[in-house]
Amino acid sequence: MIKTLLTLMTFMCSFSLLAQEYFPKNDGVFTKNTNYTAITNAKIFVTPTQIIEKGTLLIKDGKVVASGASVSIPKNATQIDATGKSIYPSFIDMYSDFGIEKPKRQGGGRSAQYDPSRTGFYWNDHVMPENNAIDQFKYDSKKAEDLIKAGFGVVNTHIQDGIVRGTGTLVALNSDADNSMRIIEAKSAQYLSFDKSLKSNQSYPSSIMGSMALLRQLYNDADWYAKGNSKTKDLSIEALNNNKSMVQIFEAGSRANDLRADKVGDLFSIQYIILGGGDEYERLDEIKAMNAPMIIPINFPEAYDVENAFLAATLSIQDMRAWNQRPSNPKLLAEKNIPFALTMHDLKSAKDFQANILKAIEAGLSKEKALEALTTVPAQLLGKTDKIGSLKNGAYANFLITSGDIFDKKTTLYENWVQGYKNTIEDRNTIDIAGTYAFTLAGDTYEMVLSGESSKLKSEITSDNKKRGSKVSYANDWVNIAFTTQDSTKQEFVRVIATVDANKNLNGKAILPTGNELSFFAKQTEAKKDSEAKKEDDEDDKKEAVATVSPITFPNNGYGFETLPKAETILFKNATVWTNEKDGILTNTDVLIKNGKIAKVGQNLSEGGATVIDASGKHLTSGVIDEHSHIAAASINEGGQNSSAEVTIEDVLDDTDINLYRNLAGGVTSIQILHGSANPIGGRSAIIKPKWGHAAKDLIIDNSPKFIKFALGENVKQSNWEGTRFPQTRMGVEQVYVDYFTRAKAYEALKKSGKPYRYDTEMETLVEILNGERFISCHSYVQSEINMFLKVAEQFDFRVNTFTHILEGYKLADKMVEHGVGGSTFSDWWSYKYEVNDAIPYNAAIMHDAGVTVAINSDDAEMSRRLNQEAAKTVKYGGVSEEEAWKFVTLNPAKLLHIDDRVGSIKVGKDADVVLWTDHPLSVYAKAEKTIIEGVTYFDLKRDEQIRTQIKKEKSQLINDMLQAKNKGLKTQPIKKKEKELLHCDSE
Amino acid sequence: MKKNIYIVLLALCTSFGFAQQTPASKQSKPIAITGATAHLGNGEVIENSLIIFKDGKLTTVSSAAQTDLSGMEVIKADGKHVYPGFIVPSSTLGLVEIDAVKATSDDDEIGEINPHIRSIIAYNAESKVVESMRPNGVLLGQIVPQGGRISGTSSVVQFDAWNWEDATVKVNDGIYMNWPSSFTRGRWWLGEDPGLKINDKYSEQVDEVVSFFNETKAYGAGDQPIINLPYAATQGLFDGSKKLYINVDDEKGITDAIHFAKNNKVQHMVIVGGSEAFKVADLLKQNNIPVILQRIHSLPSRDDDDYDMAYKLANLLVEKGVLVALNANGSMERMHSRNIPFYAGTAVAHGMAKEEALKLITSNTAKILGIDKDYGTLETGKSATLFISEGDALDMRTNKLTHAFIDGRSVSLETHQTELYKRYDNKFKAGK
Repeated sequence: MIKTLLTLMTFMCSFSLLAQEYFPKNDGVFTKNTNYTAITNAKIFVTPTQIIEKGTLLIKDGKVVASGASVSIPKNATQIDATGKSIYPSFIDMYSDFGIEKPKRQGGGRSAQYDPSRTGFYWNDHVMPENNAIDQFKYDSKKAEDLIKAGFGVVNTHIQDGIVRGTGTLVALNSDADNSMRIIEAKSAQYLSFDKSLKSNQSYPSSIMGSMALLRQLYNDADWYAKGNSKTKDLSIEALNNNKSMVQIFEAGSRANDLRADKVGDLFSIQYIILGGGDEYERLDEIKAMNAPMIIPINFPEAYDVENAFLAATLSIQDMRAWNQRPSNPKLLAEKNIPFALTMHDLKSAKDFQANILKAIEAGLSKEKALEALTTVPAQLLGKTDKIGSLKNGAYANFLITSGDIFDKKTTLYENWVQGYKNTIEDRNTIDIAGTYAFTLAGDTYEMVLSGESSKLKSEITSDNKKRGSKVSYANDWVNIAFTTQDSTKQEFVRVIATVDANKNLNGKAILPTGNELSFFAKQTEAKKDSEAKKEDDEDDKKEAVATVSPITFPNNGYGFETLPKAETILFKNATVWTNEKDGILTNTDVLIKNGKIAKVGQNLSEGGATVIDASGKHLTSGVIDEHSHIAAASINEGGQNSSAEVTIEDVLDDTDINLYRNLAGGVTSIQILHGSANPIGGRSAIIKPKWGHAAKDLIIDNSPKFIKFALGENVKQSNWEGTRFPQTRMGVEQVYVDYFTRAKAYEALKKSGKPYRYDTEMETLVEILNGERFISCHSYVQSEINMFLKVAEQFDFRVNTFTHILEGYKLADKMVEHGVGGSTFSDWWSYKYEVNDAIPYNAAIMHDAGVTVAINSDDAEMSRRLNQEAAKTVKYGGVSEEEAWKFVTLNPAKLLHIDDRVGSIKVGKDADVVLWTDHPLSVYAKAEKTIIEGVTYFDLKRDEQIRTQIKKEKSQLINDMLQAKNKGLKTQPIKKKEKELLHCDSE
Repeated sequence: MKKNIYIVLLALCTSFGFAQQTPASKQSKPIAITGATAHLGNGEVIENSLIIFKDGKLTTVSSAAQTDLSGMEVIKADGKHVYPGFIVPSSTLGLVEIDAVKATSDDDEIGEINPHIRSIIAYNAESKVVESMRPNGVLLGQIVPQGGRISGTSSVVQFDAWNWEDATVKVNDGIYMNWPSSFTRGRWWLGEDPGLKINDKYSEQVDEVVSFFNETKAYGAGDQPIINLPYAATQGLFDGSKKLYINVDDEKGITDAIHFAKNNKVQHMVIVGGSEAFKVADLLKQNNIPVILQRIHSLPSRDDDDYDMAYKLANLLVEKGVLVALNANGSMERMHSRNIPFYAGTAVAHGMAKEEALKLITSNTAKILGIDKDYGTLETGKSATLFISEGDALDMRTNKLTHAFIDGRSVSLETHQTELYKRYDNKFKAGK
């Protein structure tokens, strides 16, 4: 009954008609309405900051003619008195899929699809700038009704599918008119994301770094195409070039991806408007530095249902904090002056919108900012401030009439006007009939209590102190009541229909179960009790009480820092110092670190102001360096093609990975994060220091040497699963390289010739290899393929830098020495696949003896935190000296990574990346007591101890808060166990 | 087609062609080890020891004393260390040769309730992975089938044998089962979130096990005209001739599993995995239930856990008086089994006493597997299954074996890997 209210109550304003003036008319005469509508005596928010306390809003033809305190009202105006009411510009959602059918996943086969499904378009199916929302747009009145009830007047809608999604359409939620009126801008913005289209199974890109690389290449290609260089037609690129001048909106969806999207845009001087994830507060400085306007969702997580203590124990602090902290996101963004619009995106239902806006306001977002984020900011971002987002003269008559402050829980939204058409949500003139009534019917006297809001009225009827079952509905001054008769076994009803008079008395008739009708009169004996109203208020307030907000740490998980630690001057006294230099292992030696560098090594050192650490009985070494790791990355493999030289792990570093901290606890201070081994030519590496707490980009070491992963063997030829991609044999692997390097040479020649060329990131990367500017770390197992790759390199006149894994390196150590390639291997892994059948733990020793620069690496988040133990295994297997064994995880990987000029040994002037061990560092009994990078102590056993206590405390506090939330009747979500996927070479 | 098969066969033959080390023959004369530091495996250490064994049995384990060693083979081991052979429980050694090659895999039979499936007959005594255990001092193992709810029956073997019969130390010692998990994974192929969520079927799955046990007991109580293989295989649990090994990690699961075993009159049960066993250490102690602990070299299971959680688990249990052994389960578990001494060593770095840690891979394991009459410690009357290391065998730097004996037989310390080492080491040294 109420559900149709909206449609029933909507009426055509007298001043406007649908027919376009140049259309033929066959159903009557041409009419034109030039009347005005004036809404008077209202508090008008022309903008969030321009407020008229008592003014008039004058509209005509769906637009604002004037708004102000003293507007002269033309004679031909319909007047509406809105005394005591407030008028706001209606809301705008600039990230919507309103009226667009949700894309459905197209059924895919088991085998991967490498080629595109289309012709005449870009080679990648997921790039669809040629899509236009307007072509698929179908006005959805039902969804519009929900949005109108939530206060929205305009949405920018688009096809939420693919990486480049084409243009969106700006549309007014005008259910009374047709598209000719609703559509404000047919092509209002271009939309992008990192997510592949559901409609294509083309496998590339299979990772975020692949999506980033694809976008970069696309922009380069578009530029080349625009200059007329292409001999063929590409409708996608043409569309992209046409859409260039539009607003570009990027769905990033998390603070990490916000930064990634912005990075892509920056390279091409495109400033995306970025749809965030609600977790931006975790890295406000970096978010601020993007200088990007944002669209922020308010889909705050519900509390977890923590009643079961076993299950509650599986929750991570990170997930629990999300519940506690995310409502503060809008406030923190506002405090940082980061411009943002709010969106309904990712909210389960429009009904949650108001509740969550209120949550954000409770958490500290100012009402003014909230209103701006829903009106002026999106209008401005879309370049439509003259039309939407305010009630300035000439803007669309899109506004809300409310009983008061729109961000107050008790406020009623009466009307939402769109383009001059009124949508009634609650009848503004409804008389509040809540209260106590008395009536007599067929000799019996009754008491009736009506309570609640007019649209959701509840009734309680008693007679002779006996409660009767009853139901009531109330609309348009008419009340319908049904209540049971005295004989409760019969389920018979007395029905009443009555109208309300000015004294709130009810007049009408009652229909008895017999069918007889009697006249009905009920007198209001008491209006809604004040005490009752107050009780409701109190209960509401109780529900709203916010728990204390957990401190936001860097990174924002259990082991994060509240403030980042700083470099210190530290003097280690009387340590056993493993220099990795000519001096070898020095006993009773002092080491001073200062300004992030190793300042002095010697006896009896002193330094004023230094923190002195007694290291007697302990060992001080340079930090462990892992040549091959896959921690701290959002993706590892871009396996969608047989070469992925265009991708880089630097794009996808994850500064929140707890394994960074665990690596520190194992004395690790430098790490190469390598691409996986899905393809012969893999992606570029990130060489990082695990500076726990710092943002992803700051983990990358300065002037980082350039590396790329190559891979040979079973993984690239897809041996252990069904594969269809070239190559499927080691023979094919060779030809992949010959092909790519041949093309790279031709590419470079063309580039040098000065003729136009198509910038190709892959080729640029390969040219760097050919010119010795980028180094290869090549995943390799058996001797035949290793030998082959050496020959390919020699054919193209470059040097292979490192063979990683290199488990049969011992079979051709002589050839490796001759070529000058290093080996980074496992201490003792073997037998997990056919190609490691001949892997032996003596590999490192033989290669080392032959003169190869040898490192021991991890390829594993567990092993990386005890690489000292793995190095020690080479003492057992093959009798490597302890001093040399130690270099396998420090100086030698530094050499292989070309960073031995700054790390890898304890030498004055090198980075103060040092570890204090409780015991001989190669001993199984040793623990890292302090791990220091550039003078900053990132891991300390004592701090670790303290933090454990803190975690316990914070967890029980948060669980307690969640239990309280549940007791207050708030919604909860079931617990899901957080699980980190551990990435290896083979990880997709 | 046929030709292809021949090529494959040929390839397999050549690649597996290196002969396994020949198993050692019976001890022919008494052997005396003098001067070594003897780590007995029961917590005791004898510096400058004398160890004598005859016909495969230890006859003397004492401080160095004036003894007539004539007629004995004397091994001077001054400065060296002697240990009882290390034991790796709940292992799949010999059941799989190469993880990624399905043809070499014999560890996981189809079906949910498989108590009658026996590991021993598939145990490959000539596995190249098995022989690689010996140079690290790992001389015995419990071989265990995987998969399903009740995976099958395990047996204990020694690692220097011609065939599985020869290898057997204790046949059909126990039944392994996997306790239902509290969490399951979403079925991503049906569009569900692939993350872990609460297992709604937990009670149902527990009920299935309970009803199997009820049926089994009913079967055992009466005369049975027809043999039911699964029921028959399970009877040993009730008369104490077999142990029930339950793979379970979480606190609730362990508690439920203990009650299950008690209610069903299972005589001996062992918790395997037990990453949260320390939370119910008192309950384990009260019921005298030992734990075969998950691989020490593991990451903590949760982000907020102590970084050294896995490293210190053994100590947390031992401190409460629980009997604990270590296994190597996890990825690459077969080849990693040779690292169990270093798992024990890592436990020492994180709080445990050295000789106590040694028990985790010797006497405790022998007790749990029920082979402690003969194995697990250096004590007179027990099997001479031991080795000599140049240094501390729990530390990878110094774990360097010079001799190893199984039942007094001097076993080879050569492997497929040492052969390749020698071959190529010689190649390059000769070239210099």
